Parts: sequence; structure tokens; C-alpha cells
Amino acid sequence: MKRFLLHRILLLLPTLFGAVTLVFILIHAVPGDPVEAMLGETASSADKAALARELGLDQPVLTQYIRFLGDLAKGDLGRSLYNQGSVSALIATRIPATLELTLAAMAIALLIAFPLGILAARRRGSGADRFALLFSLFGLAVPNFWLGPLLMIAFSIQLGWLPVSGRGGAAHLLLPALTLGMAMAAILTRMIRSGLIETMHEDYIRTARAKGLDERRVWLKHALRNSLISVVTIVGLQFGALLAGSIVTESIFSWPGIGRLTLQAIQTRDYPLVQGCVLTIAFSYLAVNLATDIIYRIIDPRITYED
Amino acid sequence: MKTSPALALGALLLAAFVCAAAFAPAIAPYTATQQSLDNDLAGSSRAHWLGTDKLGRDVLSRVVYGARISLAVGFTTVALSIVIGFWIGALAGYFRGGVDQALMRLVDILMAFPGILLAIAFTAVLGPGLDHVVVALGLIGWTGYARLVRGEILSLREKEFVHAAAALGGSPLRVVVRHLLPNVLPALLVQATFGVAAAIIAEGSLSFLGLGAEPPTPSWGAMLNEGRQFILVAPHLTAYPGLAITITVLALNLAGDGLRDRLEKRGK
Repeated sequence: MKRFLLHRILLLLPTLFGAVTLVFILIHAVPGDPVEAMLGETASSADKAALARELGLDQPVLTQYIRFLGDLAKGDLGRSLYNQGSVSALIATRIPATLELTLAAMAIALLIAFPLGILAARRRGSGADRFALLFSLFGLAVPNFWLGPLLMIAFSIQLGWLPVSGRGGAAHLLLPALTLGMAMAAILTRMIRSGLIETMHEDYIRTARAKGLDERRVWLKHALRNSLISVVTIVGLQFGALLAGSIVTESIFSWPGIGRLTLQAIQTRDYPLVQGCVLTIAFSYLAVNLATDIIYRIIDPRITYED
Repeated sequence: MKTSPALALGALLLAAFVCAAAFAPAIAPYTATQQSLDNDLAGSSRAHWLGTDKLGRDVLSRVVYGARISLAVGFTTVALSIVIGFWIGALAGYFRGGVDQALMRLVDILMAFPGILLAIAFTAVLGPGLDHVVVALGLIGWTGYARLVRGEILSLREKEFVHAAAALGGSPLRVVVRHLLPNVLPALLVQATFGVAAAIIAEGSLSFLGLGAEPPTPSWGAMLNEGRQFILVAPHLTAYPGLAITITVLALNLAGDGLRDRLEKRGK
């Protein structure tokens, strides 16, 4: 396991380095004068020169890059142009909200997908199965920037059951989490259904049945357990989609997380903050992918990474 | 081989949207930008079946013209991604070794960013506008195609017909274009169908966030963004553009599923 972890982390390093470099290039590729883009055309040349000095933009690009890497290694993402605070501190205050939202979305997706997927597989061709198929088709087609406002119209405006926006208790969390988790629920329902149907044709299932195990045990202990491997992979891969999707969802429900912060940073042309947010989301994505690989290895010891 | 119902339904719905896009001036009762300020935020009526927006523009006409934007962005983006992805995948798969390693690390780096995040970063830097959306989505969307083409070419290049083509003096370019490309095309077509759907949602997301189409362009995502301000008084501004995106994406996903099943059956 130690060797596997070391190997996996070593593989991650060039990707991390590349991602950091790409974000640096991107932010430095702002067309025209980046200082003018940040301060506006009417800013005085003294202000522009002061900002350029503060950001190190008066230095050669290579010097700027080395400084950027050095600061990043120390966890320093620079200072926000808009409110002068430290970018790392600003992001840190928003992480709990985004984490809460993405975990709730994931929980909702699993709560929908498991019962629906299992029911559809057990009663293949039934009304429940057809519903599950329709749900997964529509769940994938409905964009979250439409689903969010629709849920808001129905449950907050028309019925008045749930708050329109903001962060508070479980009532505030439900609609944003449902909006964010719907696509994942659709993908997982489909995966669990098809995974179970495929598994039920395996020899070991026939053996389990021949041993006289009751049907419930065969499904839960043997079939479902093996389908879990693909579910873990999809959950891991989809976590990135959840993080990216949080930008739209947080903007719809005024949820105070990293997604909304990213958008605010873009609107105010706060490039150090944009850079910090993009890197934080990308790093979290890579970390979750690594965690998925490790969990994958734990639940299925047959998997090796020899190459 | 019989056409599956999913493929038929997907193709039919898609054809309807393509027709709407192509013949928008003939189908739409008004132009997309024709204003009627004394009739703003009106509900459905005989004159305006789907109501009007904040400037009194006909929502049905804007939804019909919006099909042009969504489909054009979707197909252009995917075409750009396929061109880049095909050549990078072909180079990696054909030459293997160091070229393959270097190109696949580049793919890994781009894939380190979840979905739309990099597109948001690109458009944040380039500024809003549909042309920037196409460039951003095209430049980041090629990685999946590159991996697919590389995988296919790695397995195809050991086949006898490829060895024979090379032995007869065919240059790598000729072997790739004449012999490998036709074999990779079906799988590319399936992935492209899902790619167009993803690109339409991505454009909608960017326009919804104010980073894509600029007013008065009738992009479905931008219409939803405008509708947000009037969600209490005019929910129809939110309902119809979103429905149009959903049906288009549903059509493409159905067509993609049908094509994939067909391809898998043919492969068996």
C-alpha cells in the first residue's frame, strides 16, 4: 500500500505543476494591460504603477513565475485587489459552505440513486424500471441553471415551503443541494441499475442462489457489494463536476461558497482571487481523485497499479 | 440493422431543432430583437404565444432564434475539439514513446480542471462573447477525443492492414488519414454527439453567469439569466428557454445512446 501511495503521489506531481503553470499563463494572458483591466481605464498612471509593483508585474515574466511558485509553496495566494485581504484567508472562509453544499448534493444523489437503481434492476421492465430510465435521461438533460430557478419558483415562491436563498439550516440547503446533485443522481441510477443487472448474470450469483441464500441476501451482500466499486469511481469523478457546478448553483441561491466567490472575483476583475479560486478547486479535484483511487484499492484488493 | 426507438426519437427531435435554427426567420413570428416596450413581461396571448420579456420582445421568437446560437456553438466547439483531439491523439498513438508521454501529460494537466471551470477561467480572462466561448470550450474540450483516438490507434496500428500500408511506402500522414481515420470515425461520432450536448449546456452555463453571449443575442442561457430578475412576476422567462435546452440535450443524448448501442452491436 505504501508503494502504491508513493507511486500515485509521484504521478500527481507533474499534473499539479502543470495545472499551476497553466493558471499562471492564463492569468498573464489577459489581453492588453492587466493592470488597466483591473483598475479601469480612468485610473491614474501612479496608481497603475503602484499596483504593477505590488503584483510584481513590473518584473520579467520568469521572475514573476518563480515568485508565484515560491509564494504558492508557502500557501500564499497573494492579496485580493478588491478588498485587500489575503486570498488564502478569503477562500478559507468560503470552504465550509462549498463543502457543505457538495457533500449534501452527493448525499442526495446517493439517496435517490441507490433505492431507484436497485428497484429498477430487481423489477426489470416494470413501471419502476421505466421511471428510473426516464429519471436518468431527464436528470442528465436538465441543466442546473434551469432546475435551480424552477425549484425556487415551485417550493420557495409558489408553495413558500423553503427559503429562496442564502445559507442557514437544512431548509436553506435542500434546494441548492438537490439542484447540484440531480445530474449525479441520474448518472448513478443508471450505473447502479446496469451494474446490478450485469452482476446478476455472474456465476458466483448462481452459486450463492444454489447454496440456498435468500434473494435479499444475494442482492445486498453479493450483487450490490460488487457494484459498489463502479459507484465509488463515478462518485469520485463526479465530485469535480459538483465543484464546478457549485459555481452556477451558488450563484442561483446566493450560497456563500467558493463558487460564488469565483464569480464575484471574475466580475470585479480581481485576478489574484480568480487565480486562487481556480487553483483551490483544481487542487480539491485532484485530491478527491487521489482519494478515490485509494478507496478503490481498499475495497477491491484485486486492483494493482504495477505499470 | 433496425434503428432503435431512442435513436429515432433523438434524431427526430434534433431534426426539429435544426429546422427551427435553419428556418428561424420563417418560423418565428417576430425578429429576435423587435421591441414593444408598452407590452413588457406579458404572459401568453394570441399575439405572443410564450409571452414577452422585459423589453417586450417575443419569447417564442427568441427561443426559436436561440436554437441557432446553441446549435452553432455546440457544433463549432465540437468540430474544433475533434480537429485538435484527433491530431494529438493520432500523434500520441502512432508514434508512441516520448511523444505519447508528453502529449498525455498535457491531457492530464487539462483534465486536472473539472469540466467548465477552465472555460470560466478562459472567458474571465478573454472577456464575454460567444466567439470567446467557442474558443474556450474548443481549446479545453479536445482531451476526451485525444484519449479516445490514441486508444483506438494504439490497437489499430498493430493490425495487418496498417503494417501493409506502411510497408507499401505510405507516409505516417497518409496511413493516419487514409487508413486509421475511417476506423476511428464511428467512435468519434458517438462521443461527438454527447460532446455537442455538453457544449450546449456549457454555453448555457457561461451565458447564464454573464460570461457568454452578450445582449441582445438570444442565447438560451442569457435569456435564463435575464429571466432571473423577473422570476416573481414573469416565470415564463425562466420556463421556456430552459425547456428548449433540456429537449435539445435530451435529443442529443438519446441519439448518442442509440449510436453507441448500434456501434457496440456492430462490434460484436
